Amino acid sequence: MNTNTSTIWVLGDDIDTDIIIPTDYLALPTIDDMKQYAFSPLRPDLAQKIKPNDVIVAGKNFGCGSSREQAPEIIKALGIKAVIAKSFARIFFRNAINNGLLLIENDQLQQIVIEGEQLSLQINHAISYKGTDYPITPLPDNLLEIINEGGLVNAMRRKNGLPPL
Amino acid sequence: MGMTIAEKIIAKAAGVETVKAGDIHTVTLDRIMTNDGTTHLTIDMFHNDLKHPKIADNKKAVFVIDHNVPADNPKTASSHKKMRDFARTHNIDFWEGKGVCHQIMMEHYVSPGELIFGADSHTCTYGALGAFGTGVGCTDLLYALVTGTSWVLVPETIRFHLIGELKEGVYPRDLMLTIIGEIGANGANYQVMEFTGEGASNLSINDRIVLCNLAVEAGAKTAIFEPDEKALAYLKEHGGRKPKAMLKSDEDAHYIKEYTFDLSKIEPVIARPDFVDDVVPAKEIEHIKIDEAFVGSCNNGRIDELRVSAKLLKGRKVAEHVRFLIAPASNSVYIQAMKEGLIDIFMEAGAMVVNSNCSVCWGGCQGVIGDNEVLISTGTRNFKGRAGSPSSKVYLASAETVTASAIAGRIITADQLTYFK
Repeated sequence: MNTNTSTIWVLGDDIDTDIIIPTDYLALPTIDDMKQYAFSPLRPDLAQKIKPNDVIVAGKNFGCGSSREQAPEIIKALGIKAVIAKSFARIFFRNAINNGLLLIENDQLQQIVIEGEQLSLQINHAISYKGTDYPITPLPDNLLEIINEGGLVNAMRRKNGLPPL
Repeated sequence: MGMTIAEKIIAKAAGVETVKAGDIHTVTLDRIMTNDGTTHLTIDMFHNDLKHPKIADNKKAVFVIDHNVPADNPKTASSHKKMRDFARTHNIDFWEGKGVCHQIMMEHYVSPGELIFGADSHTCTYGALGAFGTGVGCTDLLYALVTGTSWVLVPETIRFHLIGELKEGVYPRDLMLTIIGEIGANGANYQVMEFTGEGASNLSINDRIVLCNLAVEAGAKTAIFEPDEKALAYLKEHGGRKPKAMLKSDEDAHYIKEYTFDLSKIEPVIARPDFVDDVVPAKEIEHIKIDEAFVGSCNNGRIDELRVSAKLLKGRKVAEHVRFLIAPASNSVYIQAMKEGLIDIFMEAGAMVVNSNCSVCWGGCQGVIGDNEVLISTGTRNFKGRAGSPSSKVYLASAETVTASAIAGRIITADQLTYFK
């Protein structure tokens, strides 16, 4: 198996930030403490099953709702390589970039892919699934740089000559 | 090509003559607001992750503790202390337990023409006074605090022509839920909702707040009304602050889409669990038994809504099996309600009047609901588990429908209340 492949987890439309991290768990001291509860109102066992390098493929309006930045942070902490969705809510989009979580807009894959199967991802180029390549609209260089640095704070640190966190 | 109000505000903040949708600009922010939802995270990053951090302009920052107030556990109390200490050290305006952040901002800070970032999704509220307010996360907020600037992608604008007037028993809340139901939860994603027309200018500032506040539930970056005499009167009544700029959209401004809503055709509606855009006529879902009712929140906890609720409750009782929580949106609203005798009416009817805070709408501090329980609320959201247990259900409606339901113990509209004592 290609080392570049990722296991797919499929979610629906309007996955809101209260589903990604319910209010109840926001008081936990760290993102690592919170991450086991990711998506728990919808799928209580999902966070335990997600492995590093997996991808989420979802419907429209992923991340709608609150501005809570813990939402992209816990998805990243679970090791999710990218969230592929038909569309993203704008506050979540900014927060994901600022935390180094890769988001890819694609309006076909959610209906096509099957959970548990594999896809491979060439960043800013294409997603390959069952022999078909789905092109990715490239992110602007400045946003990709923030993601590659692991988020806005690390990108700022690098510019200021500090080591990454 | 002309510009919309939103584009003009961004152009001013960017120090350029013109902008157009799709441009990215660095802007100087007029004000920065953050609350106890995430400020502790911003402060941690400020102290731990930056080299020689400084606040660019402490006079522009506002800190508000409104989500978990008073603190409900030691962890929250520690987060609050961190915020309090930081605000004191950096001489930042600080509000604790005095109201929901957006109501505090409207009453004390927001001015037409300003560009404001808030670490809260409902920052879009400020368009009621002709300001551009938008929600960001705690990292963007940190960047704004230490640089005084940020970047914005100039959004497209959708124009909503409002005509006619709302009928009696129909509220701006019904109108906005109807609009969201029609355009969908991402119907205005990344975009600005601009409300215009006679129907818009006839709305009070309170009504405009209700509309703008919920714009994020359609995915909007912000919502905005042209500031007018009503906006100026509001500023005068609230401390006499001066507008930054009274802007209006040019005749030839570009709109990506246009909608027309006739206010006289709007009926009482309810958003069903678990989506704000699952909106149906209230009459279609009558008779569902409820466990809790809530009037409050940055959307619907001002004196107008409290008056509507009190009018129905006067001489009646909350149903025996229902908890009815009422949270005035700010202390000034609370005091006004006391002066008008509304609090007496609420208490005599058996409601719980709680302190000014996000309360039930936030689902983390007060009135959390248990397994399979049903809440009807004037809050902002009805997402799965938003108010407590993942198996609970939240219906969103106007203060009138919520109060009628609290009295009946099941979902009904006020015109069905005749037989309830």
